[in-house]
Amino acid sequence: MSETTILEVRHLSKSFGAHQVLKDIDFVVRPGDVTSIIGSSGSGKSTLLRCINLLETPSSGEILFHGDNIMKRKGGATAYRSRVGMVFQSFNLFNNMSVLDNCIVGQTKVLKRSKAEAKENAMKYLEKVGMAPYINAKPRQLSGGQKQRVAIARALAMNPEVLLFDEPTSALDPEMVGEVLSVMQNLANEGMTMLVVTHEMAFARDVSNRVVFMTNGVIGEEGTPDQVFNHPTNPRMIEFLTRFRQQS
Amino acid sequence: MLQTVAQQFAQLGTDISTTWAASGPQYLHGMWNTISLAVLATLIGCIIGFFCGILQTIPCAKSDNVIKRFFLKLINIIIRIYVEVFRGTPMILQAVFIYYGLPYFTGSQMQWSNVFVAALFIVSINTGAYMAESVRGGFLSIDPGQTEGAKAIGMNHFQTMLYVIIPQALRVLLPQIGNNLIINIKDTSVMFIISYGELFSVHRTIVGATFVYFPSAAIEMAAYLSMTLIASFLLRWLEKRMDGSNNYELVNEDQLVGAAGTYNHPGKGSPFDERSKEYANPSAAEKCTVQEELLKNRNGSTRGDR
Repeated sequence: MSETTILEVRHLSKSFGAHQVLKDIDFVVRPGDVTSIIGSSGSGKSTLLRCINLLETPSSGEILFHGDNIMKRKGGATAYRSRVGMVFQSFNLFNNMSVLDNCIVGQTKVLKRSKAEAKENAMKYLEKVGMAPYINAKPRQLSGGQKQRVAIARALAMNPEVLLFDEPTSALDPEMVGEVLSVMQNLANEGMTMLVVTHEMAFARDVSNRVVFMTNGVIGEEGTPDQVFNHPTNPRMIEFLTRFRQQS
Repeated sequence: MLQTVAQQFAQLGTDISTTWAASGPQYLHGMWNTISLAVLATLIGCIIGFFCGILQTIPCAKSDNVIKRFFLKLINIIIRIYVEVFRGTPMILQAVFIYYGLPYFTGSQMQWSNVFVAALFIVSINTGAYMAESVRGGFLSIDPGQTEGAKAIGMNHFQTMLYVIIPQALRVLLPQIGNNLIINIKDTSVMFIISYGELFSVHRTIVGATFVYFPSAAIEMAAYLSMTLIASFLLRWLEKRMDGSNNYELVNEDQLVGAAGTYNHPGKGSPFDERSKEYANPSAAEKCTVQEELLKNRNGSTRGDR
């Protein structure tokens, strides 16, 4: 296994009862890749991302992290998750903690960093997402866009190797979408490896260097944004794009 | 008519003061016994309840080994039986059953050495049975996203419960804990059956000697009501305290200024290296001088105040 891939998904399938959501998915994530996963609702995008973070247990297949099959390692899920950050559609900030504590708790309890070190690191990323002034606020006192920026800082403070985004802007109003996307764009420019499930076609086209189009639990089209958006071959992708262009 | 009522009240006043003069310390002692039993039993009951609730949340996947699954199943069954038995029988009967059951089954080898310990045991496990169900409901009421958020940063089940779920569930459960405390203050009165000297048993002792029921009952009513009202008041205060302030202050100074010099900056190239870009950036340097100005003006007296 060469070190040119961080994550590799092989023959991944997932069923909920008789309903097969993911069918034999294969793809790789290389360091520095910004991969957008697009597709209509119910096509299995979010399930794929949740399988990669083991929030859902895949029915079959392998997920390799630096060549290690993470599903085989016993009790390895927590150690693995601490190296793969996740940002959720519904933010999932800890409601009982302040903004600063949200960004510190994982560092001190999981990574066993000292309090001073964790605070310094948390502040660095809170500043990066522009939330440093709000460190004493509780999540319930913030707007959606602010919450999502804190959630991104919380994930970054763990110094992950890959960052997974599960529709990070779908619960936000158009104005707030902008602030979150610009944070994500900055991260991409700094070379962060990201895997983004999104409905923001502009982001997929302009920021990511790879686009994966999912339909009915399989990968319908995969390639550079130029290939996928300008020269699609899969009929479902063409249909998806036509509908999208009509909307906008 | 009105005159007779007024006379009756005057009579009641004198009767109460005579009763109180004769046995005031007994009532006070009874109140102490009631409140100490109720508070301790509620605390222990809550611990039992949380323990049962947490045991029931341990995730059990099909991929886990057979022994683990068997034990989890067994624990769940035991908790269910415990809850159903103690929730489904009267506490007064449980008291008799347990207090006399122990010597009966051990051929009088073992007895409850202290009636307080026996009463505490009975009220605690009774409260625990109710709390187990409340705690389970409390955990269910916490958004599953909280657990996912905790798992996503690498917390294990124990850490997730300890740092994220329990603190939130505790807030949700506080009204229920308050309910249990108030119920316990009143319901410990059934412990007269094993001759524990709580407030109601004091009433029985006193009227057994004087045969004057009403004045003593009036004193008891007032005593119970004052205890429960104080408990409600304290619980409300505790809830408010737990909610914290509705306001927060924006922090516009550099949080790390206060820690300057106390923490060794990590070496160049390490994952926490701060020196790379930011310090070469002229606008960042400018910000630093503004920061120093601010600190000078404030003499450092309010540093750390938030």
